[in-house]
Amino acid sequence: MTGENGQISIWFFIGCLLTIYGVLITGAGLYELGSPPARTVVLAELHAPVWWGLLMLAGGLAYAYFFRPSKDSK
Amino acid sequence: MTNFALLLAAPERLIHLNAVDMAIIAIYFATVLVIGFYLKGRSSTGDDFFLAGREMTAWIAGLAFLSANLGSLELMGWAAASYQYGILATHWYWIGAIPAMLFLGVVMMPFYYISKTHSVPGYLQLRYGEASRGLSAVSFAFMTVLMSGINMYSMALVMKVVLGWDINFSIWVSSITVAIYVALGGLRSAIFNEVLQFVLIWLGAMLIPILGLVEAGGWTNLQARIAANWAGQNFTSLWSTLGTFDGNPMGIHWTGIVLGLGWVISFGYWTTDFLVVQRVLAAKDLRAAKMAPIIGAWFKMLVPFIVILPGLLGLGLLDMKLTGEAEAIAAGGHSYNEVLPLMMARYLGPGLLGLGVTALIAGFMSGMAGNVSAFATVWTYDIYRAFFKKDAADAHYVSMGRWCTILGVLVSIGTAYLVMEFKSIMDYVQALFSFFIAPLFGTVLLGMLWKRATPAGGFWGLLTGTGASIAMWAWVKADASALRYIAFSPHAKDMAENMYRALWSWIVCVVVTVVVSYMTKPKPLAELNGLVYGATEIPSEQDVPLMSKPAFWAWVVGVVFVVLNVIFW
Repeated sequence: MTGENGQISIWFFIGCLLTIYGVLITGAGLYELGSPPARTVVLAELHAPVWWGLLMLAGGLAYAYFFRPSKDSK
Repeated sequence: MTNFALLLAAPERLIHLNAVDMAIIAIYFATVLVIGFYLKGRSSTGDDFFLAGREMTAWIAGLAFLSANLGSLELMGWAAASYQYGILATHWYWIGAIPAMLFLGVVMMPFYYISKTHSVPGYLQLRYGEASRGLSAVSFAFMTVLMSGINMYSMALVMKVVLGWDINFSIWVSSITVAIYVALGGLRSAIFNEVLQFVLIWLGAMLIPILGLVEAGGWTNLQARIAANWAGQNFTSLWSTLGTFDGNPMGIHWTGIVLGLGWVISFGYWTTDFLVVQRVLAAKDLRAAKMAPIIGAWFKMLVPFIVILPGLLGLGLLDMKLTGEAEAIAAGGHSYNEVLPLMMARYLGPGLLGLGVTALIAGFMSGMAGNVSAFATVWTYDIYRAFFKKDAADAHYVSMGRWCTILGVLVSIGTAYLVMEFKSIMDYVQALFSFFIAPLFGTVLLGMLWKRATPAGGFWGLLTGTGASIAMWAWVKADASALRYIAFSPHAKDMAENMYRALWSWIVCVVVTVVVSYMTKPKPLAELNGLVYGATEIPSEQDVPLMSKPAFWAWVVGVVFVVLNVIFW
């Protein structure tokens, strides 16, 4: 799906960015799980980076897919 | 707005970033530049560059409309204000925005859109003539670049305190990035990036209130903690403490909130400040233009969740008590202004911290892009074309717009360095900016709703309203006891004074406009077509399904707005 006049939709750019961020943040969260830092944040036991990163990854992939440029986009 | 000037003396940086955080920030910069380069080829005509081709959907125009206002200083400043004044700061998001945004969408947008104006000064020219346009355009262009520079300096200062970044580095990197993507893609690029920035601001800021409420054990427990920490003070009531001036932390009466903020300042800003109105003018049709502010209003109602709640969480959960800047520096502690970074450091670990800082940078850049794109339009169309070069080719004005964008950024950078040397300028310029908003609202409102308003009435009303505002400000500066006349109370704080000064200047503008209009000859009815209520045929929405009617959604937002005010009364 493309935006007006065949241009790539802004939602596609947003989807791509969120996908990359999701991977980075989930990765950072998983790394912390494996080797906990000496100084932790409040509620670190909730592992917010893991689920927040996964949420961003899922949302990013969905947006990147549904708003992907079609063949007629310039 | 909060003054961050003294933050420079803070003892140590609050946040340390690691490689993942830095990668997140770097990827953000790369993305906004990619969008700018991608859109370069789609900004060849004046309509493309200055009005984004008038092809934005209601959602995109609505989110950009809100994002242009949601700067990083807004995030940090209002989190600080909510620590200082409690939930009263929410008024700036609810009664201080929602009714005005709905009014813009339902009542005013048809005139802005049908008149095919490219700017608010452009509307004044069509309605009142060149003199009103000139006055409004020059003041807007001047103040916009100055404000942009002040925000730039404040943001760089925040980055220095929070992250330890060099001030020059922050100023140049962020402003050059904005200059590149706006100069390349014009308003379309600014709007696209504002939507991206809107998403990042929410994703970066939303975890703090979520985790904060988990730690506090919910809203009711947070209220109890705040009451226990701050005995004798009410920080969690929206209206019940406004019956007297000294019964609340802000020193304001409900009349100031309703008439000064809810009516004049809010309506002035949201309906006549071209920085935000420009986004809606880029909508693809009238219905999208009407829906955009209503969509913006819906999200505006939710912003206190990411801006006000962190301040309240600070009141309830932080072990330390934050103070004003001077006391914080004297005692070596932290000030109100640091409440948001403190909450970020409290809850956000590697990765999320980078996202949170990206949200702050995104906020700054969206605000700055809004300023420079609005400046470029007003300078090119309302000053350069109107007074210097009337009949050039369209391509010439587009080229002027691109150069103006770069010039606007350079002037902003110059202002930032000027403020660095003379910090008191910051307070003066912020006051100056408020001088123009309230009278302008009186002028535009009468222009749209009253056929009898004449060109002379509009011009003299705007001029005397602005003059009255400046005179009142100077009076209080020279003699502090004048506050009892301007704001009805010697105890009124700065914000309360602003509310009442705005109200008085609006009244002066309206009275002068009406009196002068009755003394001068009105425009013929035929010349008011498309500009004034009663002389304009507005397309009927009778056959539009209920769910597609802007008025229906305005009612929905209005009802939710009332319910929220009652819940947090």
